[in-house]
Amino acid sequence: MTSYDSLFYVFAAVTIIPAIVTVFHPNILYAALSLFGSFFGVAGIYVLLGADFIAATQVLIYVGGILVLILFAVMLSKNIYGMTFQDEKKKKILPTLFGILLLGFLIKLITTVHWNTTLSEEGPLPTTAALGNLLLTEYLLPFELASVLLLAALIGAIILARSK
Amino acid sequence: MYTQFTTILLFLIIGACMVPLILLVGRYLRPANPDPKKLSTYECGELPKGNSWVQFNLRFYVIAILFLIFDVEIAFMFPVAVTFRQWVTSSQAKGVLIFSEIILFIAILLIGFVYAWTKGDFEWIKGLQKKQIDPRFRGDDLK
Amino acid sequence: MTSLPEFLKELFESWPLLGILPVWFYSIVAIFGLLFLFLFPFAGVAVYVERKIAGDIQARIGPNVVGPYGILQWIADALKLLLKEDIIPTNADKKLFILSPMLIFISGACAYAVIPFADNVILANLNIGIFYLLAITSMVTLGLILGGWASNNKWSLLGGLRAAAQVVSYEIPVALSILTVVLVTGTLDMAQIVKMQGPFYWNIFHNPFLFISACIYYIAALAEANRTPFDIPEADSELVSGYNTEYSGMRFAIFFLIEYAECFIICAVATTLFLGGWHLPFFDLSSLTLGLRIPLQIMVFMTKSILLLLTMMWIRWTLPRYRVDQLMKLCWEVFVPFSFACLIGTAFWMVLFKGKGIPELILGLFVS
Repeated sequence: MTSYDSLFYVFAAVTIIPAIVTVFHPNILYAALSLFGSFFGVAGIYVLLGADFIAATQVLIYVGGILVLILFAVMLSKNIYGMTFQDEKKKKILPTLFGILLLGFLIKLITTVHWNTTLSEEGPLPTTAALGNLLLTEYLLPFELASVLLLAALIGAIILARSK
Repeated sequence: MYTQFTTILLFLIIGACMVPLILLVGRYLRPANPDPKKLSTYECGELPKGNSWVQFNLRFYVIAILFLIFDVEIAFMFPVAVTFRQWVTSSQAKGVLIFSEIILFIAILLIGFVYAWTKGDFEWIKGLQKKQIDPRFRGDDLK
Repeated sequence: MTSLPEFLKELFESWPLLGILPVWFYSIVAIFGLLFLFLFPFAGVAVYVERKIAGDIQARIGPNVVGPYGILQWIADALKLLLKEDIIPTNADKKLFILSPMLIFISGACAYAVIPFADNVILANLNIGIFYLLAITSMVTLGLILGGWASNNKWSLLGGLRAAAQVVSYEIPVALSILTVVLVTGTLDMAQIVKMQGPFYWNIFHNPFLFISACIYYIAALAEANRTPFDIPEADSELVSGYNTEYSGMRFAIFFLIEYAECFIICAVATTLFLGGWHLPFFDLSSLTLGLRIPLQIMVFMTKSILLLLTMMWIRWTLPRYRVDQLMKLCWEVFVPFSFACLIGTAFWMVLFKGKGIPELILGLFVS
């Protein structure tokens, strides 16, 4: 097993274990915080794939933005100390069923699709300029639509926040 | 590229270990005399009252959302900015094309920015500007 | 253009024992060298210099007891903080109390990995250099929130949240200023950005919009590092001491250290992006031999950065503090529109003059 493979397993563990903690931990703050480890694990996997720009974007937006947003929401709510999520037994059947269905779907997806697993010989190339060129030529419409989407999100968030 | 990121990974790991290391070094050098008064939270010398949650303040949340939207926009702009110089120096037509694409992207978001501004979402204390001048105390009677 | 570990490996390739060591060994040596020989002493000396400058500006002497002219004061301070008792309040959340300084330390120290001190002296020559820096310094927000929360103290929490809101707001003008430079340079690689600024094509003179961008970057980064006049979160006369009220001894020392480390990062990044990095104006340093070139480049870089750092300290002890609502208004209603205007203006200039800056245009007038 090469060092590349062992690093991958390490990053996969760093991604999955905090995700499990997020789902199962009773204290909501710790659950939100363990996402931090998960995001870093995903950033590590991006680096292993050679997507350096996306890895940095992952850290910048998810850790620096979304996690901060979640923490603001958690900390500014009332009575957050000691608040737990404990559902009764009967509420666990339907979610478990959905979880198993989703797992089956994902396994089918992973095994059927042809993923490109060949690395180029010189190693990964820098991605930022290539991304920029693609965004301006082939994917120009999604690029501009992304700004419309962000505009909708901005105005929606402001209106929702004001109505509280 | 992997060499550089290996350095980064090593730096992150060493940085994460450095703080516990420093504190460990100090643990054998410093005194440890816990006392209930020392260990209580500090409230300017008074006894602490109540638990510490803060009243829900909407402006923190609005600032965080505004930041997130503009952050995503900037993350989109970075790859485009990297190829900007190459496009501009190659030909004038390509330069005008890329310029108009960037302007369109920014303009759509500036609409949202102007909306947030005019609706007063940038003010930390809402309505401060309007309330400042109380019509009863305009200063005319001081003459 | 390689990074420091690869450069060291090339240098020691022919040596008998050191030649067979892998590159990551040199990485570890370089990292420890950076941390222990540069970061910690520099932060300590910066504290001493700041107190002396504060004394000068306030018409008093400053520390002058420990050692000649008080030079050893920072060693005494470091020892004192190391030997202080570590108090973790009983109500505090122990795990988060310990996690918060770690997060802030990581984000402050790991930003040093992409600072180009000299031609090959950059710890990791990433393709996404400046973007990596933005991403890593965005982790500070998390540390501030957790530090404020973990103390289980109303004032710490409020201070932490306010600090986080301030840091997060001022990240937008900083990122937009950096974006403006990337427009002009066409690369995110720090070493490449410095190389492109030639002998005197410094980015700050490229066009008037970049000059304004440089000023916006400097001021907004000051706010992001919570320095006066933007230091409401840790002001001594407000909120006790904000989010680090409950931290004592070495944990407090880490917050303090990383504040000065972050100040230097800001100055170093401003030097790299706007002031030409390690280029000496009108001299082409690449013609000198290795032994002479690298120390000279490092000296030039440090001189520029330290001048900016001294300006930061000067500003701190001269200007009064901004109120929180003035601070937020300044960011969103002044800096962000101006940053966008500079971005659009720079893009327009580049299209108009096909990417040439003012020095190149003036030179073009004389040559042709």
